[in-house]
Amino acid sequence: MIELSNIKKAFNQGKPNEYWALNGIDLTLEAGKVTAFRGPSGSGKTTLLTLVGCLSRPTSGRVRFRGEDISGLPERFLTEIRRQSFGFIFQQFNLIKGLSALENVILPGFPTGRPRAELVASASQLFAQLKLEHRLHAKVEWLSGGEQQRVAIARALINNPQVIIADEPTANLDTALCREFMAILESFTAAGKTVLLTSHDPLVVESSAVHRVVGIRDGKLTDD
Amino acid sequence: MPNLASPWLEKQRHLIDFTLASLGRRKTKNLGLLVAYALLVFVLASLALFTNALRTEATFVLAGSPEVILQRMVAGRHDLIPPGYLDKIGRIRGVQKKEGRLWGYYYDPVVNANYTFMARPAEEVASGTIMVGATLARARGLAAGNVISFRSYSGKLFAFKVASVLSPDSELLSADLVLVSEADFRAFFEYPAGHYTDIALSVANPLEVRNIAAKLAEALPDSRPILREEVLRTYQSVFDWREGIVLTVLSGAILAFVILAWEKASGLSAEEKREIGILKAIGWETGDVIRMKLWEGLLISLTAFLLGFVGAYIHVFHFGAPIFEPVLKGWAVLYPRFTLVPAVDGLQIATLFFFTVFPYTAAVLVPIWRAAITDPDAVMR
Amino acid sequence: MLRLPRRPSTLAFLLLASLGTACILIFAFSGQSTAAQQQKLLATQALVAKLGLTDLALFTESRYTRHPTQADLHSALQDHPGAFDHFPTGSLLPPPALLTESHAESRLAVAGKTASPD
Repeated sequence: MIELSNIKKAFNQGKPNEYWALNGIDLTLEAGKVTAFRGPSGSGKTTLLTLVGCLSRPTSGRVRFRGEDISGLPERFLTEIRRQSFGFIFQQFNLIKGLSALENVILPGFPTGRPRAELVASASQLFAQLKLEHRLHAKVEWLSGGEQQRVAIARALINNPQVIIADEPTANLDTALCREFMAILESFTAAGKTVLLTSHDPLVVESSAVHRVVGIRDGKLTDD
Repeated sequence: MPNLASPWLEKQRHLIDFTLASLGRRKTKNLGLLVAYALLVFVLASLALFTNALRTEATFVLAGSPEVILQRMVAGRHDLIPPGYLDKIGRIRGVQKKEGRLWGYYYDPVVNANYTFMARPAEEVASGTIMVGATLARARGLAAGNVISFRSYSGKLFAFKVASVLSPDSELLSADLVLVSEADFRAFFEYPAGHYTDIALSVANPLEVRNIAAKLAEALPDSRPILREEVLRTYQSVFDWREGIVLTVLSGAILAFVILAWEKASGLSAEEKREIGILKAIGWETGDVIRMKLWEGLLISLTAFLLGFVGAYIHVFHFGAPIFEPVLKGWAVLYPRFTLVPAVDGLQIATLFFFTVFPYTAAVLVPIWRAAITDPDAVMR
Repeated sequence: MLRLPRRPSTLAFLLLASLGTACILIFAFSGQSTAAQQQKLLATQALVAKLGLTDLALFTESRYTRHPTQADLHSALQDHPGAFDHFPTGSLLPPPALLTESHAESRLAVAGKTASPD
């Protein structure tokens, strides 16, 4: 489903503080599976996720998504693919303060021009699945960490993407919430979604919900 | 609302929903800005509407004033028309009627106001009686039948009976008028016999007016003809300097608002930058972010403009512009009460619209442009 | 059933639409004066024609503001005992006391010295 060939990514290229985050990555990711990227901080695993999720383009190398080369596409098309096919769960949740949980969840649906009633209906459904109906109209800053993450998950799912990308999803959660998250992860697999996540939490990478673990260090893949 | 089901329209509505929800997070600050903005438009629009309506009304009613007024000048000052002058004009072709007019000023120490005394034929105003303007009547508490005495410049007391008060409808022109008979006028001011204040001429053909003025200037080199078209032209521009005063006073406020608006619109907080990053990461295009902000700028400035303009209209035409009264009044003691007939100059309002709505919208857009083209992966770093 | 809060965009549209309508009405009707207003204007115009008036009685404080079209070049500052001259300087520098007194208090003293009521 996603093929990466000889991916390199540099930051501040040509400047004295030039830094190569990724140094030649070749990887094929299967559809419908949960893949975890494991590595120390600064290993390049988050950068890899941004490349796969069309948030940025590689300095060199190719990214193929469903057989199509997306590494050279202009920003507009990347945004379109990102909106349709990828849902993001960020480490800091990145919810917009001051807005209600519902408003946050339907935000990715705005550029699609879907009617509001439809967006609200599917958001309510997601809230029901995530057992969060009672917090629908609460402002996000009033929610607990676990609730905030579930709001972030609902937001990632609103456009019904095929791929869920989660960057250190359990970093701010306690063990109980972490197990809860793994359960949600299994429901994604059941729904046929592909999940890519980064983590160095043994609870995540050793979980049965994760099908494949890819190690990264210094911008290169290590043996599994 | 009917579902128009156009994705484009629905998208714009989403963007408006979001921008309003964002503004709603800092209600006091944004409402304060809207109020300040609307107030500024209100004052500027009131000024524009007021002066325009006054000019329109002056142009209309003064169309009835004499075609030519002939003044005599002595040493650069307005002087009396000596006896025989009327005959000296002789017969100029095209002049229908010529008459010597008698009018002058009187300072009333009781209310510290200036009145305009004007002589009328005896059949109109009987000797011993006067007709007064409504503003003057109000200031001195006069009504028809009352008796009032004025001490003349020579120190003698003259008592007059008020025959009638002029219609308040014409207050804008007759506020301070005191109409007296010619004999009373001459006696009161000890006006030398045979002298007049100036000469009014009626001209039938408007195309002839300039020729006649030239002939008059030739026949009487010490005189100055004042044409009605000059009077009207004066009133087209006379409020400009008063308008200018208000603008001078206002410019401080305008400047303060510009700074406030610029700071608010262009100063992009770290929080807002972060939010733009989030929006881009979850699938908003750069164009969506810019459009969203464009809506913000348009909604605020358009609402402020419309509020200010509609408010100004009500202020000027339903309440008689009470805010400007002290400024326009200057140091006049008698100030007429009047309601103006609504007259709106489309171009003037369009100019105001352009200079209030566009700069703000632009000020909102400039910094957003810079922020919106940053990489969406910034949120993950 | 889910209770939706009213959409902000709907509220904004309603507000702008009502203000816009007011604006359109203003433009549509400002050109047309009512019969009463028309009558009032015509009556004033007739009075102007009858009395030969030339100026608005907005600023009666001095000759050059009361009758700006009739004033000579030098008439500013002469008429009202407390008259200021043109705005910025006049408000900073009041006229001398001698001038202020001339008409009102010592009117009798100067009486007869001028032939014209200037």
